[in-house]
Amino acid sequence: MANNDTTTDTPIESTSKVDLTGPKYWRSLEELVDSDAFQEEVTREFPRLAIPLAGGVDRRRFLQLMGASMALGGAAACTRQPLEKIVPYVRQPEQRIPGRPDFYATAATLGGYAAGILIESHEGRPTKVEGNPEHPASLGAVDLRTQASVLDLYDPDRSQTLTHLGRIRTWESFVDALSTNLGAQASTGGAGLRILTGSITSPSLAAQLASTLERFPQAKWYQYESATRRSATLGASVAAGQPAEVHYALADADVLLSLDADFLTQGPGSVRYAKDFGRRRKAFDSKVEMNRLYCLESAPTNTGSIADHRLSRTPAQIEKLALALAAKLGVAGASAAASSNLDDAAKHWIDVVAKDLQSHRGRCAVLAGDQMSPELHTLVVGINQQLGNLGSTVHLTEPIAARPADDLADLRALVKELEGGQVQVLMMFGVNPVYDAPADLDFASALQNPTTTFKVHHGARADETAPYCQWHIPATHYLEAWGDARAFDGTTTLQQPLIEPLYGAKSAHEVLAVVLGTPGIPGADLVHDHWIGQLGSEKAWRRAVHDGVIAGSAARALTVAGINSGSAATAIASRPLPSGLELAIRPDPTVWDGRFANNGWLQECPKPISKLTWDNALLISPRTAAAQNLQSGDLVRIESGDRTLEMAVHVQPGHADGVVTAHLGYGRTRAGRVGNELGFDVGSLRTSDTFWGAPVTLTKVGTGYPLASTQEHFSMENRHLVREASVEHYREHPHFAHEVAHEFGPEMSMFPPHPYEGNAWGMAINLSACTGCNACVVACQSENNIAVVGKEQVIAGREMHWLRIDQYFTGEDFGDVEGMVNLPVPCQQCENAPCELVCPVAATVHSDEGLNDMVYNRCVGTRYCSNNCPYKVRRFNFFKYQDFVTPSLKLQRNPDVTVRFRGVMEKCTYCVQRISQARIAAGREDRAVLDGDVVTACQQACPTEAIAFGNINDPEAEVTRWKQQDLNYSLLSDLNTRPRTTYLARINNPNPALEDHA
Amino acid sequence: MSVIQDGGYNRPGIIEKPPVLAPGHTSGSVTERISEVITRGTPKWFYPAFGFSFLLLMVLIFSIAKLVFEGTGIWGLNVPVGWGFAIINFVWWIGIGHAGTLISAILLLLRQEWRTSINRFAEAMTLFAVACAGIFPLIHVGRPWLAYWLLPYPNTMGMWPQFRSPLVWDVFAVSTYATVSLLFWYVGLIPDLATLRDRSENKLAKIIYGMTALGWRNSARHWHEHEVVSLLLAGIATPLVLSVHSVVSFDFAVGLIPGWHATIFPPYFVAGAIFAGFAMVLILTIPLRSVFGLEDFITQRHLENMGKVMLATGLIVAYGYGVEIFMAWYSGNPFEWFVVTNRITGPYRWHWATLILCNVVVPQSLWIKPLRTSALALWIISMFVTVGMWMERFIIVITSLHRDFLPSSWGMYHGTIWDWAIYVGTIGLFLSLLFLFIRFVPMISIFEMRTLTPEARKVAEGHSKEHH
Repeated sequence: MANNDTTTDTPIESTSKVDLTGPKYWRSLEELVDSDAFQEEVTREFPRLAIPLAGGVDRRRFLQLMGASMALGGAAACTRQPLEKIVPYVRQPEQRIPGRPDFYATAATLGGYAAGILIESHEGRPTKVEGNPEHPASLGAVDLRTQASVLDLYDPDRSQTLTHLGRIRTWESFVDALSTNLGAQASTGGAGLRILTGSITSPSLAAQLASTLERFPQAKWYQYESATRRSATLGASVAAGQPAEVHYALADADVLLSLDADFLTQGPGSVRYAKDFGRRRKAFDSKVEMNRLYCLESAPTNTGSIADHRLSRTPAQIEKLALALAAKLGVAGASAAASSNLDDAAKHWIDVVAKDLQSHRGRCAVLAGDQMSPELHTLVVGINQQLGNLGSTVHLTEPIAARPADDLADLRALVKELEGGQVQVLMMFGVNPVYDAPADLDFASALQNPTTTFKVHHGARADETAPYCQWHIPATHYLEAWGDARAFDGTTTLQQPLIEPLYGAKSAHEVLAVVLGTPGIPGADLVHDHWIGQLGSEKAWRRAVHDGVIAGSAARALTVAGINSGSAATAIASRPLPSGLELAIRPDPTVWDGRFANNGWLQECPKPISKLTWDNALLISPRTAAAQNLQSGDLVRIESGDRTLEMAVHVQPGHADGVVTAHLGYGRTRAGRVGNELGFDVGSLRTSDTFWGAPVTLTKVGTGYPLASTQEHFSMENRHLVREASVEHYREHPHFAHEVAHEFGPEMSMFPPHPYEGNAWGMAINLSACTGCNACVVACQSENNIAVVGKEQVIAGREMHWLRIDQYFTGEDFGDVEGMVNLPVPCQQCENAPCELVCPVAATVHSDEGLNDMVYNRCVGTRYCSNNCPYKVRRFNFFKYQDFVTPSLKLQRNPDVTVRFRGVMEKCTYCVQRISQARIAAGREDRAVLDGDVVTACQQACPTEAIAFGNINDPEAEVTRWKQQDLNYSLLSDLNTRPRTTYLARINNPNPALEDHA
Repeated sequence: MSVIQDGGYNRPGIIEKPPVLAPGHTSGSVTERISEVITRGTPKWFYPAFGFSFLLLMVLIFSIAKLVFEGTGIWGLNVPVGWGFAIINFVWWIGIGHAGTLISAILLLLRQEWRTSINRFAEAMTLFAVACAGIFPLIHVGRPWLAYWLLPYPNTMGMWPQFRSPLVWDVFAVSTYATVSLLFWYVGLIPDLATLRDRSENKLAKIIYGMTALGWRNSARHWHEHEVVSLLLAGIATPLVLSVHSVVSFDFAVGLIPGWHATIFPPYFVAGAIFAGFAMVLILTIPLRSVFGLEDFITQRHLENMGKVMLATGLIVAYGYGVEIFMAWYSGNPFEWFVVTNRITGPYRWHWATLILCNVVVPQSLWIKPLRTSALALWIISMFVTVGMWMERFIIVITSLHRDFLPSSWGMYHGTIWDWAIYVGTIGLFLSLLFLFIRFVPMISIFEMRTLTPEARKVAEGHSKEHH
């Protein structure tokens, strides 16, 4: 029903203004009059009061607000907690049942690329992100950053007012000032106008920008992304001889090779890739032929953790190995001499991989990481072409970005123009170059050139760049504005708002409309009118908004005469292998390039493999650390050229020797109360020449930096926690998972087993598919109102995640990691639950559907249950971790889940609120709850479909089918706790040729 | 019988036990000596000593207030270590109390007359130790204001406690123990309170002692009923010596955590409790008897006997440690064996080494008679044992929890300043109560000591001869 075409969807409007901005009282009815003079006065006097009024009030709204103000008239007393009256709907929208959430399709973007999502909305409050099953980049799943992005909407540190030199101004005064300045530009054709944006794929925004450039032909539009995909797009374009981009269709890929590409969790296509990959990791399903993943990487990643074969080498070595592979495959220009200075193990490895790839021509794929060089990307297109993959598993298409750009060239040009005094008007949209531009460009001082007299910063928060600009315009969150964007394969995705802007922010569309001389057109109309023009009919538009996607809008495949990868091969061949230590710079696995720095969920989300939170430590391999005499927590001075940075070290098993990895996104100074002054600003080491890496030297300068890790011990201690085998072994010994530990049948008890009639909920987790990407962890946090506790509390061992991903390394010692395994551990919902036995007040009890329920109201907090839980999945509120004060954060919470007070225990409930909702719905329709009616938050988010949930009494249910497999085992089965959560043992698909070598 | 008659002194050639009452005392002198501790007025040292204890008590009150206002997080707890100092201290204090009950109940029933001079004091110690212990279960919960939900009482929620939980058993065990100990102590005090009533010169003291003496008039009937009640209470208290610490040990033994889940826990906890309790009695009596010049009543014989009890129970405790290690190996359970090796070689190895030193190695010196009969040596050994028994509970609670089944959840536990503040604060509470006790109540049972005087012996002998 998400098809409203004017301002916003109907369900939202009637309550949003009343309760979305915290306590506020009407002083007089005149306040509601939409007068500029009055608003300006109010804004100066009472900034908070002015915010909700800044949006404009139509007649109907005026009447509603009058009703509200009457109701609230007596409420303006000086109490800390004001009396709040519930204002019923003046007109209740049809089909709206209070208490039941609605779902709307929309789009979240990162680096310009769209993720297709559904938003759960409770009475007009968007609370949770889910995947959009109709969207090709999602197929119903969602990654952790998108999952967490809903929290940014309610971030209390978002800018709430438009400012000029730090003073609050109205939108109209900005429009006047901008129009005046642009008027001065008109005579020169906009020669002094520059626009800097992030990577833009939005067709409507691109159209506006194109019109802008038509109006001001001398003006320039630049794009810059800190975590740019420049290498990939430049590389593909060189290979194709024209602007091009590559994406993959991994469903058909039998053999995959990753060249330092964390493609399962990073990049615009990662969710879809993980879906396709995960569907090929069901070893128990005879219809599924398992794929095989080779992973060549520098720092251990999620992708590496699920690989069948993983080899860690430095990025430079990886390029050389790719060249050796190209030579083996006969890619033009790649010479056999390429591998001369590589070690034997790596050479053998790449030989085996080459053979395997060759024997799967057209059904394999080679992927390069976005942080590798453009030349490697060109070469990889050549390799894929040589393997016959182009057109089957690898798609070479026209570029997705509206105007393909080289971020670095753009930024260099802009800085030069700024320094040269050629820029009078600079408008920056959604970028923060003062923080994230390469350090050598010194964007901050370029911005201070006095000839640039009119600088506008349009952003969600007053970040590091904002103080350098006269004007700061609060930008809308994607859930507040109309827009559109294209997904990794080019599919156009419509972004509809779920709520009116909380703080009177403006979308980029609306600001550009001012540039185009048409201020005042609502963003809704701008996007709508653009698409009516494209789609032709209102009906098609409504359909597209409802689905979230415009059908058939995927990028056109390119037909190219030939792939030109020879020059790239030569370039790689001529690069010397660095002799010293290399630094690899990477986007952070959680906070990305720093834009999510103020997002508590992402800060506290344990980073994959290292399990660090709240920091970006320098990752170093155990051997390199030993050679440098370093330990985790030591502080080192990193010297790269004439730039230095002091940074804490984390010794990371599985990391390649000879390289250290540092992640972007930290060391921010104006991110907000959560993200300020955390970690280390790796950007200060980064120059435009050493964008993703540089030779460095390390000097130890200190010790004892506190790193907050959620896991301290990474060995399984010979306990059969993750049971794994090769697919051959599994075929020969299907029962292998049960041969390592005691298992008990019901005969172990004197009592007959408890009969569960009706529903009996159970979960199974396929360890062959889990990449440890954390999407489930953040989904759980979002669904269940789980508190963020902060770095000190994580160090104290008090993180609150109900669901965690345990990480173990296999192999003889941590210097030589053989493999990595991920073990997601939610509550096991034991039938013989040790926690229930010991609770003195019956606060944790068993439901008749087999859930181990937690009764928060009854809990007195003895913590005995947690002590007695062998899985340690219970979490205790040692302090009042929940923010009961900040008004905006209250809006985010799921109203179906209790917000826990201090002193009580909490834990995974299998999303019992969702079970109840399904039960009620089924009851109303007088039917049983069907398989698929209940989808837990973790299951919904999982990009690899590694989680099955349902009624284990239903023989047809997916979860029952999984649990019937030989692979199904219980964690710590020898305790006879009889968990309802079980695991399907991990099956790897190793290449026997490499096994022999080992 | 002649040995007793003259106190066992001056009989060359016969190896005798030292006396339980120094020779030359009469009923009058016993009464005089013991009650003058109270009636003589407050000694000068009392003010700083009590003041210091009271200061620590204020630390306790402040720390508890902070705890209630801010939350359990001020302690060093986490997941996996959900219990820390609070439970360690609870078990430690409860254990200390056990000596008093053993002395007053079991030794009374066994007619060990040497107990007479230390029983009042030991009972008081029990009571105060239980008071200290009782604080912890209340404050260690996350929502202390709801701790009463552990009690079975009719309520609008229609909820009983969950009777399968050992914590509910604890509530019954500890509250019963506290009640019986209080009654026993108070009933035993009545004749002496009457003595003080009669000897006090201060009007207020007369009134207060008079009220608390409950109209005791020394009539034969009073004595008879007093005797009956004492014996009955002793009978009731006797099983408590065994049951209370057994129930406390169930907190651990019922759990499935390796290092907790052991059937040896009840006997080994009881022995440990008596071990710790006697150590505490020695720690307190040795200075007090010299400060108040009570060597006549608390003689070398008492000290030696207590040393022997410590040696015996210490050996049981050491046996318990041995069996724990043996069973971990013999069971072939890798989790159990890991706990043992982790205790000995893991991050808490120094705690374990301290435990073994204090509880196993040092007490072996009690085999040596000169040490066993030296007040100073006994006092030092007792200090070791007290530290060791605290360390034992630390080892049991912390090292079992900090590394249990899933290595991913392993963590460390360190007490914070507030953990220590509350611990030290309960010592302040204990000492404050103790100082008030020795200042206002006869710390040695006057009427029972009278029965040890030669004149009383004669009467008793006369009675027994008449019966034969």
